[in-house]
Amino acid sequence: MIAATEPSLTILIVEDEQAIRRFVRAALEGEGHRVHEADTVRRGLLEAGTRKPDLVVLDLGLPDGDGMDFIRDLRAWSGMPVLVLSARIEEYDKVEALDAGADDYLIKPFGVAELLARVRAVCRRQVRDPDGATLIVFGKVSVDLERRQVTRNDQPVRITPIEFRLLSTLITKPGKVLTHRQLLREVWGPAYVERGHYLRIYMGHLRQKLEADPTRPRYFLTETGIGYRFCLS
Amino acid sequence: MFDVADEVVLVDLPPDDLLQRLKEGKVYLPDQAERAIENFFRKGNLIALRELALRRTADQVDDEMQSYRQQVGDSAQPTREALLACVGPDPGADTLVRIASRLAGKLGCEWHALYVETPALQRLPGARRQAILDILKLAQELGAHTATLAATDAPLAVVAYAHQHRLAQLVVGRSRSSRRFPWQRPFAERLGRLAPELDLLVTARNDAPRRAVRQETARGDKEQGSPASLLRGYVAALLISLGTTLAATPLLPYFDLANIVMLFLLAVVGTAVKYGRGPAVLAAVANVAAFDLFFVPPRFSFAVHDWQYLLTFIVMLIVGLIVGQLTARFRYQAHVASAREQRTRHLYEMARELSGALVVEQVVEIGERCVEASFRVKARLLLPDEHDRLPPPPVQPGRPKADLSIAQWCFDRNAPAGIGTDTLPAASRLYLPLKAPMRTRGVLVLAPERQRWLLIPEQRRLLDTFAALIAIALERVHFVTVARDTLVKMESERQRNSLLAALSHDLRTPLTALIGLAETLALELTAEQSPHSEPLTAIHQQAVRMALLVNNLLDMAKLQAGGVRLRKDWQSLEELVGAAVRTLELPLRAHPLRLELDPRLPLVNCDAVLVERVLANLLENATKYTPPGAVIGVTASTEADRLIIEVWDEGPGLPTGREQVLFEKFTRGHAESAAPGVGLGLAICRVIIEAHGGEIHAANRASGGACFTFTLPLETPPPIEEAEDAPETS
Repeated sequence: MIAATEPSLTILIVEDEQAIRRFVRAALEGEGHRVHEADTVRRGLLEAGTRKPDLVVLDLGLPDGDGMDFIRDLRAWSGMPVLVLSARIEEYDKVEALDAGADDYLIKPFGVAELLARVRAVCRRQVRDPDGATLIVFGKVSVDLERRQVTRNDQPVRITPIEFRLLSTLITKPGKVLTHRQLLREVWGPAYVERGHYLRIYMGHLRQKLEADPTRPRYFLTETGIGYRFCLS
Repeated sequence: MFDVADEVVLVDLPPDDLLQRLKEGKVYLPDQAERAIENFFRKGNLIALRELALRRTADQVDDEMQSYRQQVGDSAQPTREALLACVGPDPGADTLVRIASRLAGKLGCEWHALYVETPALQRLPGARRQAILDILKLAQELGAHTATLAATDAPLAVVAYAHQHRLAQLVVGRSRSSRRFPWQRPFAERLGRLAPELDLLVTARNDAPRRAVRQETARGDKEQGSPASLLRGYVAALLISLGTTLAATPLLPYFDLANIVMLFLLAVVGTAVKYGRGPAVLAAVANVAAFDLFFVPPRFSFAVHDWQYLLTFIVMLIVGLIVGQLTARFRYQAHVASAREQRTRHLYEMARELSGALVVEQVVEIGERCVEASFRVKARLLLPDEHDRLPPPPVQPGRPKADLSIAQWCFDRNAPAGIGTDTLPAASRLYLPLKAPMRTRGVLVLAPERQRWLLIPEQRRLLDTFAALIAIALERVHFVTVARDTLVKMESERQRNSLLAALSHDLRTPLTALIGLAETLALELTAEQSPHSEPLTAIHQQAVRMALLVNNLLDMAKLQAGGVRLRKDWQSLEELVGAAVRTLELPLRAHPLRLELDPRLPLVNCDAVLVERVLANLLENATKYTPPGAVIGVTASTEADRLIIEVWDEGPGLPTGREQVLFEKFTRGHAESAAPGVGLGLAICRVIIEAHGGEIHAANRASGGACFTFTLPLETPPPIEEAEDAPETS
């Protein structure tokens, strides 16, 4: 049913565990995607270059190197989305991968449903024309990026310039995890990347103004220790 | 009024011009001006006024210059203002020191007090030397840098010192021209000739106490040296004289008299070298007499036939005296030089030994040994324990006992105490703090053989140098230890982390495959309506439980092994609760959730991942141990300097008496509970909260149900610059 509405993608799995590759492949092929596999960083980069996949599912711990190397290498010549699989116990590895340019992450062990949801989110971002949409609507809120206007229940919402910058940064990349550093750099500038408290305060403001229940946000989700994600669903 | 003015503008013109202007009526009306000129503005008054105005303005400008220099901190410039007070043996030196101090105070500059010890001064009686040392000490108390130099020519040494320290103004006492050596120029004049570029301030001489001092001198002269040793020198001089005569007598037939004189001269030199100046003078006189008596014809009579021998006697006497004098001076300088060399060598040796020391005990041993070898003292090093208290050292024979309270005072204040200091000068020990760049490292206790000896500023300075060297060595050893400990800690942490990472990877990878494959298969079988779908779903569920258990165990291992490392940042509690609730979306669906969080709660500095974990664990417990439909809530409030968070429910509550046991590892409220888990959740919560400096405890609510309360310390969050972020008016 879903496969009918979603376009079919070419997906590359870079993972050294054969058992995991097998079920990820099964799940993705069940959705109608074309799947290629690689088990090392080197092979992975080669496959990424030749197959030109729409998405890379990447394990961070590979026998011939770090997944981080893969991302940096890939980002040098391609902006293709990367979904990271992590079994590391430190949050920091994921943050590093996301900072380096990965789009999303999954912590092992993860379920098939979770995996497919993330892949779908990436697909949607791929399909959307990033320049065309200037009006973004979620729930009862609509944001006009061009005229810098925000309405909720058709009532204009007063919003400060920095809040608007934060809002537009988040909603133009729906589903993507934006790390604290990325957001601080984009909204406040490179000098502010260590000032996490700015982000907490302003995210609080945004949620107060745009979420129905700020304590249980539906759209502006917290990825604790990592960053935020705007969830359009 | 003048003094409080911020700016002073001086309008100056000669008195005659002013009078002219007055007459022209430019200041007052003509008739008033006439009266003013007669009464007040007489020329003499005007000149006096002019002088006053100019002088006050000059003072003002001077002050401004001074304060400007201080602001700029321009110390690289030659300190043209710095003073050098030359302390001499003359009485009234204390007045000189006070004048210099006052001057320096007025000029706001630093000043030095210098005493040059010449051989002549070296021979001064003890009491007078003590008086000079006291004056130097007085100078030090008045804020001077003091120095004692040993040199033969005082003015030269003073000028060299002034150049070396860039002191432009010398303060000297007016000395009377020497009575003994009337040809010698006064000290000040010689200084002026040697260094015409230096300012010379000659202070008035104060003769009043002179007599008293002279009397003391007379007494002191007798005290100097032991009479026996002095006498021995003179007796020896006579014996040498006699010996020379006896030795020369058999030579008389073979040698010319002129050559025999040489032998006598040699004897004088020998006496001077061995016994010093006084005996040398005696030997010179005795030799002349002996030569006259026994060798110059007529022999055995002091009468002289040939008048030319008178010249021989005079030359002999003068040569004897000069040689004696020079030799004695040479002896003194050699003595000073060797003492200086010895001190330098001691310092060098200690520095070398200390540089090789690797442990504190070595430093202590080397320090005590070297100080004792270099000074005539007994030394003892006291080192603080980890609470900065100086523990009583073990009593060792030959080691001085120290008053611990004085030592502690010295350590705490980082200031010397005991002999020769401002604090408890009557004590029999000297306590020197071991000042290192970072902090005080201990106290050096010294028990001198003779107290006077530690009062000499030079010696004190040298001791301070020793103390500083020891302190630096202690500090170095301390940091070596710190570095080594850190390295060991880092290494063990690295090993632990890599072990945990490997374990985590090895456990999670098969679990991931298991869960994933089971899920895929279960979905397919369910779609086919196969009877095997149910056991497959059970396999999947068990695998998920297993994964949770592994997560908990790994987390506990990570938290427990070698402490928790917090990644603190400023977090909003609302956000953390929101994130925790989202991870438990499924189990929480069966419960009404009441979140009472004020959006104005302050940010809290904590590790977001770990605190979210605490909240998630507590919420998960609430869903596990309450029947579906029971209300679960989170409430937060602030109290003084902490944030109090309560996670409560309206379930059956906790088994009474077991509230605290719950937080132990592998403990569960009801041992045979059907709810899954091994009892790690609350233990993890406690470790996390305690690492943050908070508390966690559990209780039953009065209205029924359980309530878990934890606190987090509140700090002042960093400021936010909101100025640029004005709301848009649209």
